[in-house]
Amino acid sequence: MAEFLHMGGYAFFVWTSYAVVLALMVWHYVVPIRRVRSVLRELSMLDDDDVVREASR
Amino acid sequence: MLVLGLYLGLVVAPPDYQMGDSYRIIFLHVPSAWLSMSSYLIMAVSAGIGLVWHLKVADLAARAIAPLGATFTFCALLTGSLWGKPTWGTYWVWDARLTSELVLLFLFFGYMALSAAIEDRRTAARASAVLALIGLINLPIIHFSVEWWNTLHQGSTVTRLGRPTMDTQMLIPLLIMFVAFNFYFAAVVLNRLRGELLVQERRTRWVRELARG
Repeated sequence: MAEFLHMGGYAFFVWTSYAVVLALMVWHYVVPIRRVRSVLRELSMLDDDDVVREASR
Repeated sequence: MLVLGLYLGLVVAPPDYQMGDSYRIIFLHVPSAWLSMSSYLIMAVSAGIGLVWHLKVADLAARAIAPLGATFTFCALLTGSLWGKPTWGTYWVWDARLTSELVLLFLFFGYMALSAAIEDRRTAARASAVLALIGLINLPIIHFSVEWWNTLHQGSTVTRLGRPTMDTQMLIPLLIMFVAFNFYFAAVVLNRLRGELLVQERRTRWVRELARG
């Protein structure tokens, strides 16, 4: 295990790469899903009158 | 699939005889670089479709791709740099491949900035589509940079005609990561597009019904 983490002396380079890339990928995956949810929640709170009002603005 | 690729790449594949374990960065670097270029191509093509046929969804798709493409370009540069330090002895050189990939990053930024800066959506889409199409010139430059100029970056090892010059135990995780990154890219773009479409079509009946559940 320690040897695996050590990466033959390249631990810093290998693990920084993996950490940054995977973190960015998780972030990019989560954000749009949350956005869809929040848009739907917002829209469901408006009733049809609000929509008509907004459209006529 | 991503997990399998990570496992095979990090644990199972043997160390390279010249580069030791540092080569394991390849499993992120190559798929990122591939996605950076292919996403630019898709973005420019769909922006072009929006430009020619005034298709709103095509513009939205291009805008949904841009930040993700920029991220993968950044990832390709970052992993390349972190790989370059132990193998080439430097984080960065102004080499043809690296510079043209950096230009690609700025093209993504330029596209995003331009389409966000113009208030009117139609004008924004048209202007940024023109920019995206002009930027297409950069793609062949990146691809052939390792052949046209004498660069520090090595030539292609995977897509070479005939037998790839890479061991199977390394090639398989790389291909798995490659496929996983492509699926990931498609999933995220579709999710981003879904959000954009819901906002844009918020006054239509189908969105209202979807929201009410």
